Amino acid sequence: MSSADTTNDGVAKFEQPNRGFLGTVQHLLHVNPALVPLIVLVASIVVFGLLLGSKFFSPFALTLILQQVQIVGIVAAAQSLVILTAGIDLSVGAIAVISSVVMGQFTFRYGLPVEVSIACGLLFGTAIGALNGWLIAAMKLPPFIVTLGMWQIVLAANFLYSSNETIRSQDIAENAAMLQFLGAKFNIGGAVFTVGVLFMVLLVLVLAYVLRHTAWGRHVYAVGDDAEAAELSGVNVKGTIISVYAVAGLICAFAGWALIGRIGSVSPTSGQLLNIESITAVVIGGISLFGGRGSILGTFFGALIVGVFTLGLRLMGADAQWTYLLIGVLIIAAVAVDQWIRKVAA
Amino acid sequence: MEPILKGRGLVKRYGKVTALDHCDFDLMPGEILAVIGDNGAGKSSLIKAVSGAVIPDEGEVFLEGKKIHFTSPIQAREAGIETVYQTLAMSPALSIADNMFMGRELRKPGFMGKWLRQLDRAEMERLARDKLTELGLMTIQNINQAVETLSGGQRQGVAVARAAAFGSKVIILDEPTAALGVKESRKVLELIQDVKSRGIPIILISHNMPHVFEVADRIHVHRLGKRLCVINPKDYTMSDAVAFMTGAKEAPAQTEAA
Repeated sequence: MSSADTTNDGVAKFEQPNRGFLGTVQHLLHVNPALVPLIVLVASIVVFGLLLGSKFFSPFALTLILQQVQIVGIVAAAQSLVILTAGIDLSVGAIAVISSVVMGQFTFRYGLPVEVSIACGLLFGTAIGALNGWLIAAMKLPPFIVTLGMWQIVLAANFLYSSNETIRSQDIAENAAMLQFLGAKFNIGGAVFTVGVLFMVLLVLVLAYVLRHTAWGRHVYAVGDDAEAAELSGVNVKGTIISVYAVAGLICAFAGWALIGRIGSVSPTSGQLLNIESITAVVIGGISLFGGRGSILGTFFGALIVGVFTLGLRLMGADAQWTYLLIGVLIIAAVAVDQWIRKVAA
Repeated sequence: MEPILKGRGLVKRYGKVTALDHCDFDLMPGEILAVIGDNGAGKSSLIKAVSGAVIPDEGEVFLEGKKIHFTSPIQAREAGIETVYQTLAMSPALSIADNMFMGRELRKPGFMGKWLRQLDRAEMERLARDKLTELGLMTIQNINQAVETLSGGQRQGVAVARAAAFGSKVIILDEPTAALGVKESRKVLELIQDVKSRGIPIILISHNMPHVFEVADRIHVHRLGKRLCVINPKDYTMSDAVAFMTGAKEAPAQTEAA
């Protein structure tokens, strides 16, 4: 970092062009893509806090938002990786659900130790993700088509395998409490956290580090920006894409585990909206659907924005449709801002 | 003198089209060799065949006298042959330093690099800045700015600097001035001279005759998939060269030049 300041010895001259106010804002957003969702998040918390007072602005309510967004937040982190490579993963929700079903059924149907079942569920999710990645990178099929197909396949397999049966919460709590581990709550001065929330925050921080400070992370951006250029620069494009979808599958499997903690039971019908909700969080978070731009922190803020709107409007007694309407507005506004940021010139 | 990069009897067919027809190629140490030819004459195929981007159907390529067989540009790069593609092969949203080290990043020494795989940004930025300064690209404002915020000439400069930083044996430049204005072209031509003065031989593919005649030591005229002749720019005029490559004029007798 310090060497960035050696510029004053005249080695490489800075000439700060006069951009004007709008230009400065545009440049700032170009450098820090997570800034827009952060501003929106803070503003919405302030507005709802003013409107609702302590009903909203309490440790309990604010951490309730975290609990409500944890599953979407985890899945959206996986979705972010995929979208950064200019792909899309419509099968994220299905992978999460089937992983949770594998964890539950392996424990209760085959009597495997719960730790082994969880490992099997995580492996299963990773394997589906890797298969997605292989079809996309090696068979050169469009991500949208591959994951649309995989979504249907995995969801159908999930219903067939589980016979559409739910494993009840009491049974899990008695015999395999480990499955609900990510739902375990702990209290810090009125603020209620779950292990799942903690996992989501840690996951976002780890991914932020990996994307910014490792070669693999830089390759994810390069592949999404211009795959051909990345290939010519010596990036293993195929390997990067397969690993991204595999890691996304693994993260979704973790989301499946967190899902058991959140709803208590293992239900094959849960998590149906996760794919759309995760894409929403990613887009509001300022990650470009065209790939190569944005940050995982933005996605995290995006997920929180959705959570703040949902809880805030519910506490105000508004019709739930207002939430969807406002989210819709945010999505379009976010993409408009993305297009504007892309216009930066020298 | 032994050519540093040599091709013999190269053939490349695409279906019924013969892009390379028993073509020979010689690059001498320390020279700038321009490759000119009409559209579709097979210039690109020739360059791709010696840089590993396509695998020739027949023929042999030698680097420093040793026979080589590249199956990808990455292998050619590892052997010290760097190519600056017409598209530049850079990620517009990433920084100059990121782009220069793309695919060959440096990791921090010790625990952070070995176990946490952390990149050594400070070192990469320092090297990138050194390289740009060395080549006189001082107008670059900030090594961390995204490549898309650079002008066309600056981008070309960064791409050439990247090649010069890593290309130990040969640098191939594909139409480096085609998309540039007069002033920026001038900069890039100076850059080419600069790289040459470091003793690295350059293959320059270009349509721009004034540029070719300005910097080239020898000119390889390509026609109908093979080397028609090699001329010295001091002995011929630009219209001669154009006449050779379009077939309007008989090529000089000496096919085996210098």
